[in-house]
Amino acid sequence: MSKQEQHWEKSKGLLIMTLAIWFVFSIGIFLFGAEMNEVTGPFGYPLTYWFTCQGSLGIFVILIFWFANRQEKIDEEFGFSERGDD
Amino acid sequence: MIKGNFIDNLPKVYGIYTGGFLAFIIIMSIAEQMGMTAKTIGICFVAFTVAIYAIIGYLSRTAQADAYYVAGRQVPTVFNGMATAADWMSGASFVAMAGGIYFKGYGYMALLVGWTGGYVLVASLLAPYLRKFGCYTVPDFIGTRYGGNLSRFMAVVVLTVASFTYVTAQINATGTIASVALDIPFQYAVYVGLISILLCSMLGGMRGVTWTQVAQYIVLIIAYLLPVFWISNKMGAGFFPHFMLADEVSRIAELEAQFGFVKNSAENLKEVPKGLAGITKAHSAVNATPWAFISLALAMMMGTASLPHVMMRYFTTPSVKAARKSVGWSLFFIFLLYSSAPMLATLSKLSLIDPSLPTGIIGKSIAEVQSIDWYQNWNQANLMFVSDFNGNGTLELNEFFMGGKAVVLATPEIAGLPYVISGLVAAGGMAAAMSTADGLILAIANAISHDVYYKIIDPKAETAKRLVVARVLLVVIGFAGATIAALEIQGILGSVIWAFDFAMSGLFFPLVLGVWWKRANKEGAIAGMFLGLVSGAAYLVWVRTGGSGFLGITQLTFGIFGSAVSLVAMVVVSLMTQAPNAATQKMVDEVRVPAGKSILGKQH
Repeated sequence: MSKQEQHWEKSKGLLIMTLAIWFVFSIGIFLFGAEMNEVTGPFGYPLTYWFTCQGSLGIFVILIFWFANRQEKIDEEFGFSERGDD
Repeated sequence: MIKGNFIDNLPKVYGIYTGGFLAFIIIMSIAEQMGMTAKTIGICFVAFTVAIYAIIGYLSRTAQADAYYVAGRQVPTVFNGMATAADWMSGASFVAMAGGIYFKGYGYMALLVGWTGGYVLVASLLAPYLRKFGCYTVPDFIGTRYGGNLSRFMAVVVLTVASFTYVTAQINATGTIASVALDIPFQYAVYVGLISILLCSMLGGMRGVTWTQVAQYIVLIIAYLLPVFWISNKMGAGFFPHFMLADEVSRIAELEAQFGFVKNSAENLKEVPKGLAGITKAHSAVNATPWAFISLALAMMMGTASLPHVMMRYFTTPSVKAARKSVGWSLFFIFLLYSSAPMLATLSKLSLIDPSLPTGIIGKSIAEVQSIDWYQNWNQANLMFVSDFNGNGTLELNEFFMGGKAVVLATPEIAGLPYVISGLVAAGGMAAAMSTADGLILAIANAISHDVYYKIIDPKAETAKRLVVARVLLVVIGFAGATIAALEIQGILGSVIWAFDFAMSGLFFPLVLGVWWKRANKEGAIAGMFLGLVSGAAYLVWVRTGGSGFLGITQLTFGIFGSAVSLVAMVVVSLMTQAPNAATQKMVDEVRVPAGKSILGKQH
C-alpha cells in the first residue's frame, strides 16, 4: 500500500470513530430520552434535559477539537502536513 | 497606536472595539439615569453599532478577486470562528430560539442539538477538504470536481433556493428590529435594514463581511449573555445560571403539575391575537417521540453541513489545518449562546408563572395584571395577551399568552432591568440578523457572479469587471429579498428550517461523496442534485397541501426524504455511467492530503 493509501485508511478510521461518537450523542441517547430523563444529571438537571441544553452541545465542541488534533497527527506521521504555522 | 500588519493586530483591534462597546453601554446607562428617553436609547444603540459596521465595511474595500471572494485566505482560526458564529446565528437564533424552548420544550431542543451537531459533520466530512480544493464558492467545488457547466449550474440553483429562502427571513428580522428601535413603519424599516446590510458587504465582499461579522459577534454575544446573567442574579437564581438553575427547572415542573395544562376551547382561542401562544407543554420533561426528536435533529445536522454560506467561511482560513480548528472555534462561540437560551427560557418562564415571585402574574387578578406597565407595553406591541376564559377573575396558566420573541425582548423589562438593556438587546438582534443576511446574500451573489457569469458566460472577463458584476448582483439580490420580506408571507423560524431542508436535499450527498467516493461522477451528481431538490420540494408541497406524509416526515424535515432520494439517484446513476477519468481521480487523491498546492490556483 502506498503512503497515500495508508494515510487515507487511517483518516477513514478516525472519521468512523468521530462519527460513531457523534451518532451516540446526537441520535443514540435520544432513543431513550424519556427513560434517561428520570435520572438526575450534572448540576442537578434531569439527564436528557441536560444533554439537550449543554451536554451534547459541549461534547460536540470537544469532539471537533479532538478530531482536528488527531487528524493533524495522522498528517504529520505521513509527512502530509502543511508547512508554515498558524 | 497600531503598527504593522492588520492581521497581526487583530486581538488589539477587537480588544479596543470591545472595550469601546462596553464603555458605550455604560455611557448609555448614565444617560438613562439622567433622563434620556427609552426611544432615544434604542435609536442610539442601533445607529451607533450599524455605523461602526459600515466603517469596517468601508475600510475593508478591495479590488482583488481573492480578497473579495475569500478574504485573501488569511483569516486566523479564532476570528474565523467568531465570524462563522455570527454568520450562523441568525435573527431567529437570537430572537426566537429562547421563545421556542419556552413554548415547546423538549421537542424544540432537537434544533439545538441539530444546529450544533452539524458542525461535527462539517469538520470531519467537508470543510478541510473543500479548503484544500481552493475553491471560491461551493458550486466551484461541484463544477470542478465533477466537471461540466450543468453540474456547476445545478449547484448554483440549489444554493440559491436554499439561501434565498433563508435570507428573506433575515431581512425581515432586521426590518422588525429597525422598525421597533427607530420607530418607523415596517415597509420602510426593511429597506433601512437592507442598506445597513449592503454597507458591510458591497465594497469589501468576503473581506468586509468577515471583519464586520467579528464585530457583530462581539455585540450579539454581549447582548445575549449580559441580560441572562443579570436576570439570574437579580432573581437570586444563581450567579452562574448555566450551572445553577436545577432548582428553578424543578420548580417549574412542580408548578406545571399544580396548575395543570388546561386545554382551551377553539372558541376561546379565537380571541387570542395571531402569533401568540400559551404554555401547553412541559418545560423539562420529554414531550416528543424519539423519532420526532431525532428526525428533526438529523435534518438540521445534514442541512448545516450543506449550507453554502457556512461552508464558504472555511475557504478563508490560511490552511487546511486552520480550517479544521476553525470549525471547533465556531462551534465554541455558538455554544456560548445556545447553552444560554434554555437558561433564559427557564428564567423567563419562572419569573412569570411563579406566584411566590414579585414578577409572577399567574394567580393574580386579571385587572391587576392588566394594570402592570410592562404588560400594557407588550400587549400594545401585540406580544402579550390575557383573557379571563373561565370568568373567575384570576389569571390561570391557560389564560396567559405571549409571542415567542417576547422571551428575549420582554424578559429584561419584566425582571426590572434598566431600559439600556433593552436597547442592547435590540442592537444584538440587529447584529445577528445582519451578519447572517450578509453571509447569505454574499453566498448567492458570489455563486452567480463567479460560477454563472465568470465560469460559464464570460471566462475571459477581467477582475475589475467580475467584481462590478458581483456587486451589482449583491444589490439586486438584496433588493429582491427585501421586497419579498416586505410582503411578510412567512414566519421567521419556518422559512429558516426550510432552508436547511432544501440545502440538504440537493447538496449534502453531492458534496460528501465528491470527497469520500472517488467513483462518484458528473451524471450521478447532476441526478443527485436535481432529483434531491425536486423530490424534497414536491414532498413539502404535498404535505403543505394536506398530504399525510409518511414515516413521520413533516414539512420541517422534508430534507430527509429529499436527501435519501438524492443519495439513491447519485449512487445508481454513477454506477450506471462511466467512472470519472484518471485526472479527476487524481484530483480527489490530492484533495485528501493537506500538503501541496490547492487544486484551483490562487487567482481563478
